[in-house]
Amino acid sequence: MHIPDGFVSTELSVAAFAISGLAAAVALKKAGKDLGEKQVPLLGVTAAFVFAAQMMNFPVLGGTSGHFMGAVLASVLLGPLNAFIVMLLVLSIQCFGFADGGLTALGLNVFNMGVIGGIIGYYMFRGILAVSGKSKNGYAFAVGAASWLSIMLASSVCAFEIALSGTAPLKVVLPAMAGIHALIGVGEAVITVSVVSLVAGVRPDMLHTRIAEAQA
Amino acid sequence: MKKFGFVTIGLLFALAIAIFASPFASSFPDGLEWVAEQTGFLHLSEGYAAWTKSPVPDYEMPGIGNPAVATALAGLAGTLAVFLAGLGLAKLMKSGKSGGSAA
Repeated sequence: MHIPDGFVSTELSVAAFAISGLAAAVALKKAGKDLGEKQVPLLGVTAAFVFAAQMMNFPVLGGTSGHFMGAVLASVLLGPLNAFIVMLLVLSIQCFGFADGGLTALGLNVFNMGVIGGIIGYYMFRGILAVSGKSKNGYAFAVGAASWLSIMLASSVCAFEIALSGTAPLKVVLPAMAGIHALIGVGEAVITVSVVSLVAGVRPDMLHTRIAEAQA
Repeated sequence: MKKFGFVTIGLLFALAIAIFASPFASSFPDGLEWVAEQTGFLHLSEGYAAWTKSPVPDYEMPGIGNPAVATALAGLAGTLAVFLAGLGLAKLMKSGKSGGSAA
């Protein structure tokens, strides 16, 4: 759901740069506190994985594709602020290095995938975990549900941004975006749960939210 | 070190996806492009880009004839660049702003 140049109004684009810029300033200042020694290389690996996996478009339905976002994965591994940093980094390199996502829409893309995907996604995960998280399965459920919800929420907000810009009516673009992303979100949930389970199996200490902590 | 092993394996895993799997990625339009096409506003993004100096536009390494190889090389370069940038940034954040509470 990388927004290209041309889909959103200048006003919205400028406002999003302000909000995402502020979020970046706060995150860059505070996210270091959340990083233990071993999370330093983990942040690099997580960002590399998110970038690589985002290249892998999978076919969805009738000539459409989707790809992994990775914001909830990053937040489960690194916490909300560092997940935001991961998304900020990946989106910036995609925009400047690979012409993926418009420069005028970078603030919006960082807002949708970094603030909503990474930060709000993290709190959705913790909220669900508070109800479901007494077991390994409960933890996996929270990861999967938050992943799916992060795609639904980010794509719906994207639809609002397009509608607010006067590009297309909300009653058309919102159901279309939410509908197709309900399917893409299933892919997001499957990949995120698989990777988190893999990490939990070999290095449970690498998880920002530990399973044991969730059980306590 | 086990820690080193985990990081190395994770990075190799990411590189393997970028190099070997990405050339087989679906080229169908993604969710947003599809909606833009259906709704009739896809043309708004065509023929206009605010940033035109991307070294590797659209994940194809320039100057490589074979598109699968061009995509694999783009994936390799991008994944390494993101890893190094992430590592550098994390080191900066940790050293400058650890705030005393880091484990």
